[in-house]
Amino acid sequence: MSEQLIFDISKPGRRAFAQAPLDIAEGDIPAAYMRDDVPTLPEVSELQVVRHFTRLSQQNFSIDTHFYPLGSCTMKYNPRACNALALLPGFAQRHPLGPVSHGQGFLACMYELQEMLKSVTGMQAVSLTPMAGAQGEFAGVAMIRAYHIARGDENRNEIIVPDAAHGTNPATATMCGCIVKEITSTAEGDVDIAALQKAVGPNTAGIMLTNPSTLGVFERRIMEIQDIIHNAGGLLYYDGANFNAILGKVRPGDMGFDVIHLNLHKTFSTPHGGGGPGSGAVGVGMRLKPFLPVPIVRKVVDRGEKDGSAYYDWLTEDDLPQSIGRLSAFMGNAGVLLRAYVYMRMVGKDGMKRIAEYATLNANYLMARLKDAGFEAAFPNRRASHEFILTLKKEAKTLHVNTMDFAKALLDKDFHAPTTYFPLLVPECLLIEPTETETREVLDNFIDAMIAIAEEAKADPERVRRAPYSTPVRRLDDVKAARHLDLAWKPAS
Amino acid sequence: MLRAIGAGSIDELFDEIPRDLLIRDLDGVPAALSEMEISRLMRARAAEDRGALCFIGAGAYEHHIPTVVWDIATRGEFYSAYTPYQAEASQGTLQTIYEYQTMITSLTGLDVSNASLYDGASGLAEATLMAVRANRKSKSKRVLLASGVNATYRKVAQAITASQGLTFETLPLDTASGITDLSKMKIDGEPPVAIVIQQPSFFGTLEQVDALTDWTHEQGALLIAIVNPTSLAVLKAPGNWGAEGADIACGEGQPLGVPLSSGGPYFGIMACKQKIVRQMPGRIVGRTTDLDGKPGFTLTLQAREQHIRRSKATSNICTNQGLMVTAATIYMSLLGPRGLRRVALTSVRQTAKLAGMISAIDGIEKAFSAPHFHEVVLRLDRPVGPVLEALAANNILGGLDLTSDYPELGHALLVCATETKTDADLESYAAALENAMCNSQAKT
Repeated sequence: MSEQLIFDISKPGRRAFAQAPLDIAEGDIPAAYMRDDVPTLPEVSELQVVRHFTRLSQQNFSIDTHFYPLGSCTMKYNPRACNALALLPGFAQRHPLGPVSHGQGFLACMYELQEMLKSVTGMQAVSLTPMAGAQGEFAGVAMIRAYHIARGDENRNEIIVPDAAHGTNPATATMCGCIVKEITSTAEGDVDIAALQKAVGPNTAGIMLTNPSTLGVFERRIMEIQDIIHNAGGLLYYDGANFNAILGKVRPGDMGFDVIHLNLHKTFSTPHGGGGPGSGAVGVGMRLKPFLPVPIVRKVVDRGEKDGSAYYDWLTEDDLPQSIGRLSAFMGNAGVLLRAYVYMRMVGKDGMKRIAEYATLNANYLMARLKDAGFEAAFPNRRASHEFILTLKKEAKTLHVNTMDFAKALLDKDFHAPTTYFPLLVPECLLIEPTETETREVLDNFIDAMIAIAEEAKADPERVRRAPYSTPVRRLDDVKAARHLDLAWKPAS
Repeated sequence: MLRAIGAGSIDELFDEIPRDLLIRDLDGVPAALSEMEISRLMRARAAEDRGALCFIGAGAYEHHIPTVVWDIATRGEFYSAYTPYQAEASQGTLQTIYEYQTMITSLTGLDVSNASLYDGASGLAEATLMAVRANRKSKSKRVLLASGVNATYRKVAQAITASQGLTFETLPLDTASGITDLSKMKIDGEPPVAIVIQQPSFFGTLEQVDALTDWTHEQGALLIAIVNPTSLAVLKAPGNWGAEGADIACGEGQPLGVPLSSGGPYFGIMACKQKIVRQMPGRIVGRTTDLDGKPGFTLTLQAREQHIRRSKATSNICTNQGLMVTAATIYMSLLGPRGLRRVALTSVRQTAKLAGMISAIDGIEKAFSAPHFHEVVLRLDRPVGPVLEALAANNILGGLDLTSDYPELGHALLVCATETKTDADLESYAAALENAMCNSQAKT
């Protein structure tokens, strides 16, 4: 099953003949600037490369091959057309610094994407430049900070973060020079309003909220929360990680949020690519509009109503002097944005809300059936949003089979594991997000697999503790990996 | 399904949301299109942007991308997988990243590479923050940048580090040679924490990296190298600069098989010396063994990261640019050390040829005397903008106008020709440029 390292199949002088210029150029770079060693790149044929990476790909679980209910990651089907159309030569070959006269097709897509994202979020303006969710978060908090500073409110540097939040939230607040104030959640999974009231004060810059929260429930008292924060002089930041749950049903702008980042790789189905690229577009209300990161696409001239044609160009720091600036060398992950654009156009106005509805239906169905099968839901009296949490503390205590063991055993049943041990405040938890693109049959098979593992855990707990058995490698020694760092292959000497 | 849930309708599943928040209609989203309809629209739009002969570089470079690269990278098993948290189910992605890390450490001559960052510019921001953490001897937050550092990278580094108190200053440029003026380097006040050198510089010139690196270390500062990976097939690796080598290398990975695509998604390279690896941001893959003693790969050094350390993490980054790294690893495997060298040297030669042809035109001269890589600055006797517009009207994108970012260089134009430009392409450009110059007025 395992595949040799490509360096192990390398042979001096072998090459993929057609892939480099055929004539040998020797430039006139003086020797003092040149390297005198040959870099360790493999020397292999084109077929060897194809076979090696095809085989490696086959060692991955992916959405295209497996149910992948990774909570909070929205692993739904990535329509193939989005990829093919984003890679059309006119888009793929366009230089980022090419003149707008040679980019009107691309810019039209970007402008319309901005407009559609404004509509689904209820925000007043959008910037597409952040290159991932975490960078969108950074942009959001940096704008909040810039807003307060522009008002002479320099002391407002406290960001309130619920204890259920993603780790990126507090890490982002720190990057933006803010102090993190963590507040607790209630037993029912809502923000603890009393704790929030105690946390706000004259130094409150704002709050970072995910709604539905990472506990898989909708924040029922959101309007009270927004009153408390706004009355204290702070702003509300919406972490779009769970936007798939409410798409087309409710809008962050209507809930009083001042800024939102979206994970286009979640809600708008651009590929996760084995860990990126993401795309973290940000939307803002009127108060934060002057601070948006640049560049932004602007529609300049309507060239006559008749054919509806328009002309597009860039808004830069010259147009938005209070902008928090540039976050990437060019305009962010343009190719990802094109994929999101195609996806949104194919889903269309009426399709948006069906995404939230079917994602929610699938999650509630899974939760109900797993509860019936004897699993404990972390918030059994709540509606699940698009995801929900099981806690396996009973199994861990009585059978000494923990969440990680369940996760590994699921791999042997051909299911990718849900998110494990997050959020941190629920012990032995599995965060399960089925998404809207799975059929009932797949969900039923997953339920059967969970039941089967629970039975195995009773009959032969040691066997479950040693899972997986069927994957290319079995459980890996993480401690050894961190203690004896082996981060690059070295030639035998 | 609703029966199993015990709900009467899907709407009931949303009954915890305050009713007055529910929306009815999304005015700003058009009705759905079928795949056929959206394909037709996108093809028409892509066609609008097609067909120009492009001589712009400036941080994004057009190279031939072998068909294999994206054929394999967009296999569903790579394309639709996520961050390899479940290592046993992600060995394909993990081994690919390990192979990538090996290739990058070798190209940069440094000990360790991470699994990539977002892009070159944000990579510089992360490198400066890393240098502040890693340089324990220095309390300074002063970062000095060579004039040849991409001006946008500097803007991005400033935006991302704005709240961390870092200051960015510029080292003197020798305007005759186009490289950092070593004779004028002196530090007033507090010694800097880090010095940033771009090789090749934004102007395409080659810096005297050995002397700059040694000088940096004499100041007690760390040296951050911004590099173009294609150039590392032939140029001295940052790990071998000067007596001790650069401490951190970063740069734009796009030239390694990633399409220009209007600026992204690309990926940021980052490598460093072993002793500061724990200050490096981003994912890192390590080789270890499994329960049966079999070798395998896993994410490691996660104690640096946000999902463990939260507000004390080295960065808020939680992904790399996995798909681009997969493409780049396939690209580097196909090219090999000799193929990448041919790409680099052919690009150098085509740029030199082009520079020779167009600096022979009246009113155009080469701006700098230092040796060049595959980009060159030309000085015109008149404003660059109208000349570029005239070329664009002929479907030639003639380079980048440097006037707004570098007014001190006069009417300066940055031009690049990679291995994708044939001699006939160079001749077309030179002819069109000569025409444009004849038809516009010199302004001295």
